Amino acid sequence: MKGMFKVAAATAVAGAVLVAGCSSDSEEEQSASFSPAVIYDTAGKFDKSFNEAVFRNGVEEFNADNEDITVSEFEPQNEEQREQGLRRLASNGNSPIVSVGFNFSSSVEKVAAEFPDTQFAIIDSVVDLPNVQSIVFAEHQGSFLVGALAAMASENGAVGFVGGMDIPLIRKFACGFEQGAKYVNGDIEYFENMTGSTPAAFADPARGSELAKSQISQGADVIFAAAGGTGIGVYQAAADEGIYAIGVDSNQNYLQPGTMLTSMVKRVGVAAYQTWEEGQSGEWEGGIKVLDLSAGGVDWALDEFNQDLIQPAWEERMAQIRQAIIDGEIEVYDYTTTGSCDI
Amino acid sequence: MELFNSIIVILDATLRNATPLIFAALAGMFSERSGIVNIALEGKILISAFFGASAAYYFGSPWMGLLAGVLSSVVFAQLHAFATVTHNGDHVVSGLAINILAAGLTAAVGNYWFSQGGNTPNLAFGDTQARFTPITLPFADQLADVPIIGGIYSELISGHYLLVYLAFAAVPLCWYILFRTRFGLRVRAVGENPHAVDTAGISVAKTRYLALLMTGILVGFAGVYLSVAVTAQFSPNMSAGKGYMALAALIFGKWRPRTAMQACLLFGLLEAIAIRSQGAVFLGVEVPVQLVEATPYILTVVLLGGFIGRSVAPKVIGEPYVKERS
Repeated sequence: MKGMFKVAAATAVAGAVLVAGCSSDSEEEQSASFSPAVIYDTAGKFDKSFNEAVFRNGVEEFNADNEDITVSEFEPQNEEQREQGLRRLASNGNSPIVSVGFNFSSSVEKVAAEFPDTQFAIIDSVVDLPNVQSIVFAEHQGSFLVGALAAMASENGAVGFVGGMDIPLIRKFACGFEQGAKYVNGDIEYFENMTGSTPAAFADPARGSELAKSQISQGADVIFAAAGGTGIGVYQAAADEGIYAIGVDSNQNYLQPGTMLTSMVKRVGVAAYQTWEEGQSGEWEGGIKVLDLSAGGVDWALDEFNQDLIQPAWEERMAQIRQAIIDGEIEVYDYTTTGSCDI
Repeated sequence: MELFNSIIVILDATLRNATPLIFAALAGMFSERSGIVNIALEGKILISAFFGASAAYYFGSPWMGLLAGVLSSVVFAQLHAFATVTHNGDHVVSGLAINILAAGLTAAVGNYWFSQGGNTPNLAFGDTQARFTPITLPFADQLADVPIIGGIYSELISGHYLLVYLAFAAVPLCWYILFRTRFGLRVRAVGENPHAVDTAGISVAKTRYLALLMTGILVGFAGVYLSVAVTAQFSPNMSAGKGYMALAALIFGKWRPRTAMQACLLFGLLEAIAIRSQGAVFLGVEVPVQLVEATPYILTVVLLGGFIGRSVAPKVIGEPYVKERS
């Protein structure tokens, strides 16, 4: 059994290193009176998508603009650490604490009740407590826009959607995308796949690649992935097969230049930044905050990596559609209102 | 023709899905045949996927990735042998420890090296082309438009990664090693009756170490296939249960190379069908995604429930070999 102890000891050491590595950040800013914090989702800070957007456009910006303040960060390594991490940040006196992602709903609900004087914010979910700000985005509007662009760019008249975990939020993306594509081309063929029904579905690039190949074999030549880390497999498959892919959450155009048609950006970083700013100036208040197209919460991305792919006529039409949504001339149906996508 | 094409596409995906399972199942075969339960295939896939992708990125070559991936899983396999053979440790517990160690180590080291949340950088980005690319077999392009033959040859057989062909070549090779060589005979013998082997003057420990060396080499190919060929990037926990699926396929295939391969192909086929039947309407009801993705597991349980004859394990599997009890 001696060998076993060695293996067990090595495992314990590795575990200890992990725990130590992720908790050191939270202890730095105890003395300062204003100490904002963020807790990322298990996908990690550098997921090239959702969490990274909070880090790059929220944390880094806020740190740069406020030299004497450092945003405390926590990266849970597993499901159990969500609640522990939140409680730890709160008991260290951090506030406002931004939790990134709907997976935090139950943890925030519990911990926010324990710390009624601490300000919490949750992105992508609604928690009904006075000291929680629930930040939700109009993903259906942004997805409608990229769906419209996908339909313009599709030569086969077939577009696809690859979702991560099968939850109403991801269905909301899918539904908006489908509406946008059908708005531009009523006869368009639309494929939709979900990767799975557990949070692991957001981190399975091999399956993402397989799903994309399946849609491509059925004729799809533009694929929108709203699937976290799984999307990386989708973008790779699209690049290999020479078709277009559409990124999500943060601007992912740079990931595969030449085949990334655009990205549906959700300005989660800006939302986190605003929350901390409000906390700093004392204007913070709980409740639901909806960031839609007109508030700049969602949009489609146009930068140097996809400029050559977008024809001027498309760009013009996109601007019209965008304005029409803002003006309310186009009403994009929101899946989460009824739990179905009857369009 | 429409139907023919969709069948070709599904079979094409089957080959891609089955490849890592075949490598891992063959790997498990050597260790289990020698009497060592190998629940650690999952962790070994993960570790080789990580070191494979890291080395491929660092050296800019998929071959270095393959080498590093195989070496890392060999090290882990030998660690497993050290625990189970030298120290007579419990096979399942030590195997589980290896899985946990692999999951934590890859994420932690990956974060330390690349600061991308445990991911490695993309292996097929800009000037970096450190990834295996699909191979087009001779005449595949010319034959592509020929009906039937074109579909079968150009679509189904041609255009896979080198590792896919290697997986199928490894099946007869492993059969030969296990059933036609002296080493293979010894591996099988220590899994059935180690005392007899010992009496004949052959070291049980050495044979088991060598069997786990084979395991390490073969399972390394599975991990490298995932990270260096398919996704061109490592991401944490990307093995996603393939090690356990391979173990199921091995048991399902009665610990023999050909039948294990068939089991892997069946699982690959089920996954391919599951992906394509998503959202399909069956008897007026949309097939729920949860049911579709659980199908391979449900079928495995049903099939293992005794509908395919008996699956007899090597006799002393899971039992440490102790020369004499005092």
